[in-house]
Amino acid sequence: MDKSINKPFLLAGVLIVLVALPFLANAAGYPALTSLATRALIYGIAAASLNLVLGYGGMVSFGHAAFFGLGGYVVGILYQHYTQDDMLLGLIPGTNQLLVTLPATLLVSGLAAALIGALSLRTGGVQFIMITLAFAQMLFFLFVSLKTYGGDDGLIIRRANELPGLNMRDKQTIYYVYLAIAAIFFFLLWRIVNSRFGNVLVGLRQNERRMAALGLPAYRYKLAAFVISGMGAGLAGCLMANFLRFASPDMVHWTKSGELMVMVVLGGVGTLFGPLIGAAAYTILEAVLASWTEYWQLGLGFILLFVVLYTHGGIQALFARIGGRRP
Amino acid sequence: MSLFLEQLLNGLQFGVMLFLLAAGLTLIFGIMGVINLAHGSIYMIGAYAGAYVAAQTGSFFLGVPAALVAAALVGAAMEFLVVRRLYKRDHLDQVLATFALILIFNQVVTLLFGRQPLFVSMPSLLDGAVELLPGLTYPIYRLAIILVGLLVALGLYLLINRTRIGMLVRAGSTNREMVRALGVNVGMLYTIVFGLGALLAGLAGVMAGPILAVQVGMGEQILITTFVVVVIGGVGSIRGAFVASLLLGVVDTMLRAYLPSMLRHVMIGSDADALGAGISSMGIYLLMAVVLLIRPKGLFAPNS
Amino acid sequence: MYRKTFLALAVSVAAALPAFAQEPVKIGLITTLSGPGGYIGQDIRDAFKLAVDMEGGKLGGAPVDLMVEDDALKPGQGKQIAERMLTNDGVKLFTGIVFSNVAGATVPDIVDAGAFYISPNAAPSNMAGKGCNENYFVVSWQNDSLHESAGQLASNLGYKSAFVLAPNYQAGKDAITGFKRYFKGKIVGELYTSLDQTDFSAEMAQIRAANPEVVFQFHPGGLGISFLRQYEQAGLLKTVPMVLAEPSLDAVTLKSIGEAAIGLNVSSHWNSDFDNPANKKFMEAWTKAYNRMPTYYASQAYDAALEIASALKATNGSLADADAFRAALRKADFQSVRGKFSFGPNQHPVQDWYALKVEKGEDGKPVLKTVGEVFKDHGDAYADQCKM
Repeated sequence: MDKSINKPFLLAGVLIVLVALPFLANAAGYPALTSLATRALIYGIAAASLNLVLGYGGMVSFGHAAFFGLGGYVVGILYQHYTQDDMLLGLIPGTNQLLVTLPATLLVSGLAAALIGALSLRTGGVQFIMITLAFAQMLFFLFVSLKTYGGDDGLIIRRANELPGLNMRDKQTIYYVYLAIAAIFFFLLWRIVNSRFGNVLVGLRQNERRMAALGLPAYRYKLAAFVISGMGAGLAGCLMANFLRFASPDMVHWTKSGELMVMVVLGGVGTLFGPLIGAAAYTILEAVLASWTEYWQLGLGFILLFVVLYTHGGIQALFARIGGRRP
Repeated sequence: MSLFLEQLLNGLQFGVMLFLLAAGLTLIFGIMGVINLAHGSIYMIGAYAGAYVAAQTGSFFLGVPAALVAAALVGAAMEFLVVRRLYKRDHLDQVLATFALILIFNQVVTLLFGRQPLFVSMPSLLDGAVELLPGLTYPIYRLAIILVGLLVALGLYLLINRTRIGMLVRAGSTNREMVRALGVNVGMLYTIVFGLGALLAGLAGVMAGPILAVQVGMGEQILITTFVVVVIGGVGSIRGAFVASLLLGVVDTMLRAYLPSMLRHVMIGSDADALGAGISSMGIYLLMAVVLLIRPKGLFAPNS
Repeated sequence: MYRKTFLALAVSVAAALPAFAQEPVKIGLITTLSGPGGYIGQDIRDAFKLAVDMEGGKLGGAPVDLMVEDDALKPGQGKQIAERMLTNDGVKLFTGIVFSNVAGATVPDIVDAGAFYISPNAAPSNMAGKGCNENYFVVSWQNDSLHESAGQLASNLGYKSAFVLAPNYQAGKDAITGFKRYFKGKIVGELYTSLDQTDFSAEMAQIRAANPEVVFQFHPGGLGISFLRQYEQAGLLKTVPMVLAEPSLDAVTLKSIGEAAIGLNVSSHWNSDFDNPANKKFMEAWTKAYNRMPTYYASQAYDAALEIASALKATNGSLADADAFRAALRKADFQSVRGKFSFGPNQHPVQDWYALKVEKGEDGKPVLKTVGEVFKDHGDAYADQCKM
C-alpha cells in the first residue's frame, strides 16, 4: 500500500546524499551537520517504529519513550558493570560490545513491549493512550529512584560501545554505522508493512469488526505489531545512548513520548519515510531556532501549529502537493 | 487519629484542586472529542493573571475575577482560533496542535512576566489556622479551597442536571452526532463548554497561587495527573471526574504519608524511604492501570 | 520574523558569525533559559555578560565573542549545541550549564575534544572523584559541600534532633547524605518527596507528629517556594525552625516567599552583603544594569568570568597553548566576590562557608544577612579519588 519506496530514483538520490553528507558538511565548514544527521537518523528509527503502531495499526501509544529509554539503559547498565567488572544481579557480566548490547536491547525492549502491550491492548481509544503513558511514567520514576545507576543524574558512558575493526570514537564512522543500521531497519520495515501482516494491521485499523469476522485474531496481530514497534524504539534508544554516551531518565519522560509523536505527525502519519522526514525536520528546527533566538520555542510552536492546521498529512503531504502529485 | 484525619483533609484538598481541572478537561474530552494538552496552560494563565492583578492592586480577591476572566477569554479564543479546526481531526492532530500551544503559551508568558516565579501573598482574611477538633488544627486557606471546590461541584451538578445547557451537555457526551442532528447550535455549545472548562482551570490556577510557585511550566506538572483523573473517572463524566479526583487525591496523600513508615517495618530505613517515595510517585499510574484493566472505559463512562 | 527563519533554514543550517578584525576568544555559554529553571540560566548569562561588559567587551584584555544558547534542560540538546560550537565554530572554552544531567551528557564531549569547561554551577559527584578531568574546572562548589555546611550549621546552632526532606533523585539523596555527614544530632525523620510534587501537606503533618528541634530540607527552585509557603501556612515555621542550604533559598525564592522567610537559617558560600571590594563592585554594577537582586548563581557566573579573565590575561588572550592556559586557570588568580578562593586537587573550590539568616530589611522586605562562619577552607569529599 505504500508506494514511496517504489520510486527507486528518488530513493537512490536520497541515499547518495546521505552517504555523501559528511564530506559535504566538512566542505561547507559545518562538520557538526554530521552529528545532527546522526541524531535525526536515530530519532527517525524511533519515530518510524512508533508509526508502525500509530499510523498503520491505529494504536496511539503515548508511552514509546519507555522502550527508547530501556534501550538506552541496557547500554548504560551493561557498560557500568563492564567498567566495574562485576555482575548484573550476580548473573550477567557487563559488556561494551555493540554486537552484544544491540541484541540485548532488542530482547529487553521486546519483552517489555510484550508485557505492556498485552495489558494495554485490553483497552482502546483514549484509554489506550493513557495506559501506555502510565506504564512509561512508572518506568520513569523507577529509573529516577535507581541510585545505583545514577538516578536522576543519569549514567555517563565514558566510551561508546565497540564494533570489531571499527573506530567507534570517530564521528563519521558512527554516522556510517548508524546509516547502515537505519537502511537495514527501513528495509525490514518496508517488508513488514507490505506483507500480509501489514495489510491485516491496516485492515484492523480501518475496521476491526470486519477483520474479526474474517476469523483473524485481532489482539494477537496488534500485540505482534506493538512488540516489533517497541523493539524498534529500543534499538533507537541503544543507538542514542551510544551516540550521546549518556543515558538518563530524560529518555523515558513523557515529553520524549510526545516528541516522538510530534515527529510522526510532522512528517506524515502512516507513511514509510514520513517519520524520518519529521524527525529530521524537528531536530533541525530545534537546532536552528535555538541558535537563532532564546525564544526559539515560540517559533517552533507556531511552525508546528501551521503544519498541523494547514498541511493535512504533514511535511510528506506538503511535498507531494507542491510536486503536484497526490500523497 | 487526628493525624490521620489531617491527612484525609489534605487528600481531600488536593483532590478538589484536581477536580477543578479535571471537570473542564473531561467535558471537552467527552463532548467535543478533543484531547487538550493546553488545559494546563490555561491553569498557568489563571495563576499568572491572578498573581499579577493581586500584586498590582494589593488584593487577592480582585485577582480572582481577573484570573477567571483571563482564563475564560483565552480559552474561548483558543477554541475559536485553533481547537475549532480540530474537531473532525483524529487524536494525533489534536495532540500535536495543543502541544504547539503549550510551547507558545509558555514562551509568551516568559516574555510578558519574565522568568522569575511570581509572588502571591496570602489574603489576610484566610491566613492562619483553626482548631477543628482537639489536637487537629488546619489552615483556613485550605479549608476554603475544599469549600470552593465542593460548591463548584454542586454548581456543576445543578447546571448539568437542571438546565437546558446541561441537558445538551449530557446528550453530547453520550452521543455527539445525535445532538448535531437535532439541529442544536453546536458551535455555540462548544464555545460555552470550552469557556467554562477554561474558567474552572483558571479558578484552580488562582487558588493555587498562594500555595505554590507561580511559574512557567506549572501547567504541565499537573496536566498529566489531571488526565489520569479523567481516564479513571470515565471520559465525559463529571461525576466520574469528581469521584476519581477525590480518590486520587486521598490515595496519593496517604501513600506518601504512610507507605515509607510501613516499609520501614520490613527493610532498612533509607532503602524503605527511597522505595516508598518511588512507589508513591508511581501510585496514581498504578491505580489507573489497575482500574483500566478491570473497567477498560473507566469507573463512570457515560456510554458504557 | 518567522518567514526570515524559514529562509535561513532553506539557506543554511547554522548561522555564520560576523568576523572581527582582531581575533576574539569564542566562549560558548550553554545554559537553561526555558522552563521553570529558566531564571537560573538567565542570571548566569546576565552575570557573565556583565563581567564582559564591565571590561568593555573583553576578558583579561582579550576581546570576547560570547555565544549563548538554551539547552531547555535536555541533555541531548546540550550535547548537540556543544558539538556544533566545537566543530563548526571552533569554540575552545565553555561555561554556563545549570543542571547536573545536562552537564553529564555535555562536559565529557567538551573535555575529550581538548576544550575547557568552567562550571558556574553544576558539579555532580561522578565528575568530582574518579571522573575528574584536567580541563574541567568548577567555580561554584561540589554538590555535597552545600549540604555539609547546612549540617554543620545545624550542629553549631545546637540542635539535637532533625527531620530531613529532599526530592527522590540523586541530588536529593546527596543532600541528605551531605547533611548527615556533619550533623551531630539525631535524625528523627527522613522523607523523600517527588520531583513533580506540588502539595506537601502530607509531609507537614508528619513533621508535626515527629516534633523535631529543626528541619532541614532541600527543594530547589519552584519546589522550594511551594514547600516553604506550605510550611509556613501549616503553622510550623513558628514552632520548628529550619536550616537550609543556599539552593533552597536563593534571592528569587526569597522574593516569592516574602515575609514568611524571616528567621530561616541558611548556609552559603556567598551573600550579597559580603564586605569585600570585588563584591561591592559586582553588586553596584549588577544593580545598575539589571535592577533586581542577584541570585548566588549570578555571583558564581561572575566569578567564572573573572577566573577565565585571569587565565586569558596570563596567556595574552590565547588558547593555543592549552597547558599554559590550564596552568593559569589552576592559579585562580582573581578577586572572587566571596573573598578567598582556590582550587583543590580535583579543580573544585576550597572555600569558606558562612551562616546567613533571613531578617527584615530596611524597606521591610526580608533580606539575607551574614551572621557567622561555618567552615574554613572547606574542600570536598571526592578530591582524594581524583587522579590527574
